[in-house]
Formats: sequence, structure tokens, C-alpha cells
Amino acid sequence: MGRRVVVIGGGVAGMEAAGQLARRGCNVTVFEKETETGGHVKNWFHLFPDRKDSRDVLRYLGNKINHNNITLFTGIAVEGIRPSNGSFSVFTGDGNEITADAVVVATGFDLFRSEKKEEYGYGIYENVITSADLERMFRKDQIRMHDGSIPGKIGLVHCVGSRDEKAGNLYCSKLCCVTAVKQAMEIAEHLEDAKVFCFYMDMRMGGAMYEELYREAQENYGIGFIRGKVSEVAQNIDNKLIVKVEDTLTGRPLKMEIDLLVLMAGMEMSEGGKKIAQSAGLDTGENRFFKPADLHFASNESNIKGVFYAGTCTMPMNITEAISHARAAAADVMDYLDKQKN
Amino acid sequence: MDKFGFTLVKGRRIDYDSNDRSIAEYVSAHEPSFRICIECGCCSAACTTGNFTQFSLREIQILLKRGENDGVRDKIKKCMLCGKCTLVCPRGVNTRNVILLIQEAFRKNIKNAV
Repeated sequence: MGRRVVVIGGGVAGMEAAGQLARRGCNVTVFEKETETGGHVKNWFHLFPDRKDSRDVLRYLGNKINHNNITLFTGIAVEGIRPSNGSFSVFTGDGNEITADAVVVATGFDLFRSEKKEEYGYGIYENVITSADLERMFRKDQIRMHDGSIPGKIGLVHCVGSRDEKAGNLYCSKLCCVTAVKQAMEIAEHLEDAKVFCFYMDMRMGGAMYEELYREAQENYGIGFIRGKVSEVAQNIDNKLIVKVEDTLTGRPLKMEIDLLVLMAGMEMSEGGKKIAQSAGLDTGENRFFKPADLHFASNESNIKGVFYAGTCTMPMNITEAISHARAAAADVMDYLDKQKN
Repeated sequence: MDKFGFTLVKGRRIDYDSNDRSIAEYVSAHEPSFRICIECGCCSAACTTGNFTQFSLREIQILLKRGENDGVRDKIKKCMLCGKCTLVCPRGVNTRNVILLIQEAFRKNIKNAV
């Protein structure tokens, strides 16, 4: 048996897994459907909780995959995987087929398409944007309303497409709360006079230094937190957005005028991942993400021996977790290849 | 004879933008720990006054932050300043000072002062 490994996806997990495997002597082929590697990170400005520039992470990952044992194909999506005689045929969108001894699926996630929550007005009202749109504004250092004016009052809506049966997603995307807090603080830094409010159901700050960030946002940035899920957004005659929410801590409905509303889009199984799951017969869970063989001790293994998972194709994860998960996937792949050899 | 006919009922909705939040702003400016409350309700659970009356510091602080000041002027007088709320607060809010500042703000009739 050889040590040919195909990694599907050139985001955080794919790049980390590829780098680890290459350093252990595997011949790694990485397929990235976009024209550039880096996944969602390349669309982000600063990262929580330490406000690291996303480009630092991209630089680290770039160094990882810059290795003689790695062949990288960008702009090429993988369409399917088929087992054949103890190895795998991997089919690509450009009609090619490549043989691998093991496969790492690192197809990542898609952001929830916020226009599906029509009541929030994304794609209807000009001044309703998503968390990803806001990151692009940060990068340009220009937080502006659609007409180019500076927003005075900004609202951030948590749980858009997460914990919402109406959106078809029962799960918590886990990272939107801390993203909202980070973005609220950054807005306050970019626009000194802006008032920023977070509309939340719970503050799920369950990561290292998240709760501290929340406290800092309250204490030093004056961010307002209003507990309640936004029910609907409307626009008045002055083009201001009217947010309707129950302030569940006073037990009273509340309305507020907002200049710019940011929707914290949740994480979903990627479309590319779904395609691969279907064609290869890989199990997916109730949440539509790839279903690991075991949640406790085999979170990198799939229902097909030799096919492994890395990163957010299995569940929402932050960058730290995706990197760790990818390293664990690499260890599992090495284990598997060693066993096959004997 | 009883009056009958239609009357306008005042809505229950909090109109955040037209409410006056200057009391909360006054307290926040003089006692910054007022800002870091996470509404856990520990202060109210520990409160002796709250065990016998409608007094709840958690409720009072959120009402002030929303500018719903009606009724708070009288409610805040019920506190006996025993300080148990300060002992239990997980965020380290200086609740005793918060209460004193709320009382002071009402005494001074603070409005748009900060």
C-alpha cells in the first residue's frame, strides 16, 4: 500500500491536515473548489477572541501546505469518492479521476443564507447586512449605510438560521455569539459615536476567553445587550429599520430604530459536502453535517474505512478546534495507512 | 351611570428611542460596574427585602437601562442596604453603590445630565 492521500477542501482543516500528512511522508493532493485556499477565514478581518488579523492564520496555513509532498489544485471541486480494491477513486468536477489510499473530507461549512429568514429583511432592506458583509466593511475600514452615510445605531441579531426550527436548523452554531460580541466591539472602535446593541436569546460564550470578551464589551465598550429574539424588521418612512423584539428581562415588547442591522448567519453543512455525502454514501446526521463514527472517540472517522473527516464538515467549530480536529484526522490517517501496510 | 364606549389603551411596548435613560447613564458614569450586570438574578434571590416585597434590584436595573423609570423612585427606597447582594454578585457589581446612586439620581431629578 502507498501513502497517497486526497484532501477535499483547502480551508483551515484541509490545509492543516494536508500539512501534517505531508510532513509524515504522505503524497497529498488537495482539491479546493475556490480559486484560492483559506476557506472562510480569508473573508474575515479580525478573529475572536484575541482580535488576531485573519491574515496571520492564513500565513501559518500557507506555510503548512507549501511542501514538496503536496500537490494543490484550486478551482476544482470533488464530486464523488468510490472505494476500489482497498483504495479510493476520487472524481473531480473537471472529469478527472485520481486514486488515493485514504481520503480526508474537509469540505467545511456554508454560511446560512440569511435571505431565508425573510422577516429580517436581508435582500429586501438595503441596510440589513450579514456578519460576513460587515467583515468586508471592517477590512475596508468603512462601515457605511447603503447611501454612504455613517450609521449611528447598529444592531446585531444573534441566532440567524441557528436554533430555529423554521430555518430547519435545531442546532446552535456556537460561534455567532462571540462573533457578535467581537463585531460589536469593532464597530464601537471604528465608529466612536455609534450605539451598538446585541439582540440575543442566550449568550453562549463557551470558549477560552469568550466570557471575558463579553464582559469587556459591556464594561469598556458600552455595548447594549437585549435578551430576546428579533421577531421582525420593518422600515419606516425615513428609511430607518424598526426592530421588534420582546425584552424578555422586563417581560415587555420593545421596539427600536436601527440604522444598520447585522445578521449573525449560522453555519450549515456545505453544498459541496452534501454532494459528496450522497455520491459516496457517507452518513450525515440530523443536522445534515457529516456524521462521525462516534462523537466521543472517533470524531474523525466516517462509516467508510479509509475516509476521514476534518473540521467543520462535521459540526460548527472555531479555528482552534478545526486545526486540532485536522491534526487528529492526520493521526488517524497515518494509523490507518500503517495498518493497511501490514 | 357607568361610562361606556371606547378608550385608548396605552401600549405595553417599550419605546426605546423616546424613553429617558439618564438615570441609568448617571449610575453607569459614577459606578461603571453597573454596566457588567448579566441579569442572573442572584442579587434578588439573596435580598431580604425581595423576600417580603416586590423589590428586585435585577428588575430595577434593567428597567432603568430601558428608560422605564416609572415606579422605580419609590421601589428603590425599600432597600435596607444590608449588602447581601454585593456579596453574592458573580460579576462583582458594586450593588450597594448602584442603589445609593439610583436614590441620589432621583433625589437630584437627573434628566439628560450625563
